Amino acid sequence: MARKLLLEHIDVAGINTLEVYRKQGGYRAVEKALKKLSPEDVVDEVKKSGLRGRGGAGFPTGMKWSFLAKPEGKARYLVCNADESEPGTFKDRYLMTNIPHLLIEGMIVSSYALGANTSYIYVRGEMMPQIRILEKAIAEAKAAGFLGKNILGSGYDLELYVQPGGGAYICGEETALIESLEGKRGNPRIKPPFPAISGVWGCPTVVNNVESIAAVVSIINDGGDEYAKVGIGRSTGTKLISASGNLAKPGVYEIELGLSVEEFIYSEKYCGGMANGKRLKAVVAGGSSVPILPANLILKTTNGENRLMSYESLADGGFATGTMLGSGGFIAFDEDACIVRNTWNYSRFYHHESCGQCSPCREGTGWMEKVLHRLEYGHGAMSDIDLLVDVAKNIEGNTICPLGDAAAWPVASAIRHFRDEFEWHVKHPEKALKGNYGLAHYADPLPPVVVETV
Amino acid sequence: MLKVTETQEITFSKELLKQFDEILTRYPEGKHKSALLPILHLVQAEFGWVSTPAMDKVAAYLHILPIEVYEVTTFYTMFFLQPQGKYVLEVCRTGPCTLVGAEKMMQHIEKKLGVKEGEVTKDGLFSWRGVECLAACGMAPVLQIGPDYTYYEHLTTEKVDALVDELKSKKA
Ligand SMILES: Cc1cc2nc3c(=O)[nH]c(=O)nc-3n(C[C@H](O)[C@H](O)[C@H](O)COP(=O)(O)O)c2cc1C
Ligand code: SF4
Ligand code: FES
Repeated sequence: MARKLLLEHIDVAGINTLEVYRKQGGYRAVEKALKKLSPEDVVDEVKKSGLRGRGGAGFPTGMKWSFLAKPEGKARYLVCNADESEPGTFKDRYLMTNIPHLLIEGMIVSSYALGANTSYIYVRGEMMPQIRILEKAIAEAKAAGFLGKNILGSGYDLELYVQPGGGAYICGEETALIESLEGKRGNPRIKPPFPAISGVWGCPTVVNNVESIAAVVSIINDGGDEYAKVGIGRSTGTKLISASGNLAKPGVYEIELGLSVEEFIYSEKYCGGMANGKRLKAVVAGGSSVPILPANLILKTTNGENRLMSYESLADGGFATGTMLGSGGFIAFDEDACIVRNTWNYSRFYHHESCGQCSPCREGTGWMEKVLHRLEYGHGAMSDIDLLVDVAKNIEGNTICPLGDAAAWPVASAIRHFRDEFEWHVKHPEKALKGNYGLAHYADPLPPVVVETV
Repeated sequence: MLKVTETQEITFSKELLKQFDEILTRYPEGKHKSALLPILHLVQAEFGWVSTPAMDKVAAYLHILPIEVYEVTTFYTMFFLQPQGKYVLEVCRTGPCTLVGAEKMMQHIEKKLGVKEGEVTKDGLFSWRGVECLAACGMAPVLQIGPDYTYYEHLTTEKVDALVDELKSKKA
């Protein structure tokens, strides 16, 4: 049985209201934490759960919390990262739209654990509808006594606010987010100091993704050990996967970590296979920043094992033949998709979103965009392909924040796995402008679905 | 590029200033600069864009330098530094959306409105532009329209036509 820990009640009518959410057992975790557990107990449960950050990096949440500095007389802050701008990722918006109280409840329990008396949910400005939904949910929670002074008579006070961004992917990076919350440009800070020591207004701060914070609710309700039983190995729990691209049923799915990639793509329970009976060409499994893999490598590892939706299995083979779970933005490409055009689009995106502080990122992303543009539009040379590899290598690891890596990986991996398609663009510029390279040796190892005709 | 195309005096209404005051209560003493982005959103919702006089007034309200406001409005893509159409159609142009027809949708919008990206229709009603991933990739193609930033998902050319026509008829 696939367990659902986040979206179990998503289809219940009115679950976006406090009343219905409570009827489904909502706010039990707040009652339990504030009445029966100490903040340290809550941190311990989260540690035991093995929960890893759902924002992309996969860093253990409990460990992150235990790093938070607690100097006398200084406020501490919890900031929820709802910037969700990684192309291919739309799970946080889905969660906030449909079951906002799950996030609010998670924020209350997590703030209590960290000793924060004021917390913020930083939502990208484009999600104005979700900002309104959260504000309404916060007002409901406050009226019911779950926020404000002396919550449930526990002596614990918490104010929760929603802060809008202004349209900038980089503000998803936690130190850029902090700058933005302070009313400044979203330029990432040089670390150290880490936010756990000096974050918002120089105070110790934890930044966590929406889904990580929402997961804390079931961890507290059922206990960290129970949570750790779900999933596989060190990939504990469930994960929201945002499925997009050429799939029959794109959307947000909650999976138990360890589900096979094949089942996720082809079973009726999840994506229902490729749209229009087409064949699978490639997948970007964890949001636009992670390496792209051809169909044969996303379905099976080089050892011939089934590839699973878990942090470890997706990374199997390193960057040579593997990828990353990242934020769970699962983008599927069918046989008609052009890898060169897609890679150019991503480079354009990263160039547009670079904050411009470090030259390898600012200049390098611009170079990659330009070279990819000329390859896609039929003016490329063979040497351009190696030039791209070279530029990507020079960005990687040489920047203040990981946006540089995020821009380099998609380009490097596309050339690693689809070099013949790039070469075809150089050799046949007219054909490349009109049509598509289609499938080559990296073709979907599964036969196309036979559609019964009556 | 920061271009000044309007210098006329503007005033913030009492209701608007009340909303500004409420926003200030969200931050600790002395950290009022944090109110800048939320306030700029309100200003843009009120006036349709953020003019230099408006930015200067915001700076004065927050007791910060005008440059601190300019820095921010030029960094974040949501703030318009030029007058726009009454309705700005912001279409996602990023990878996942292009897999299912976002580029075609942008071409159609250009044709339907008869103006290039960033330009305003003669009646002043519309402008459009491509924006980056709106976190709706599974419901692509997608566009949104401020100041409420309502999402319009699973776009088709017919849906775009119907939307534009509906907004046009609202004028009357
Ligand atoms: C360029 C860039 C963009 C990011 N965007 C997001 C984002 O939109 N949402 C998010 O939760 N984390 C994002 N992150 C990761 C955050 O920096 C941070 O690791 C995360 O919010 C921590 O939360 P977690 O431990 O719960 O995953 C981004 C990182 C980088 C480098
Ligand atoms: S890597 Fe890019 S986005 Fe990150 S700080 Fe440097 S220039 Fe800015
Ligand atoms: S790529 Fe268009 S909404 Fe994500």
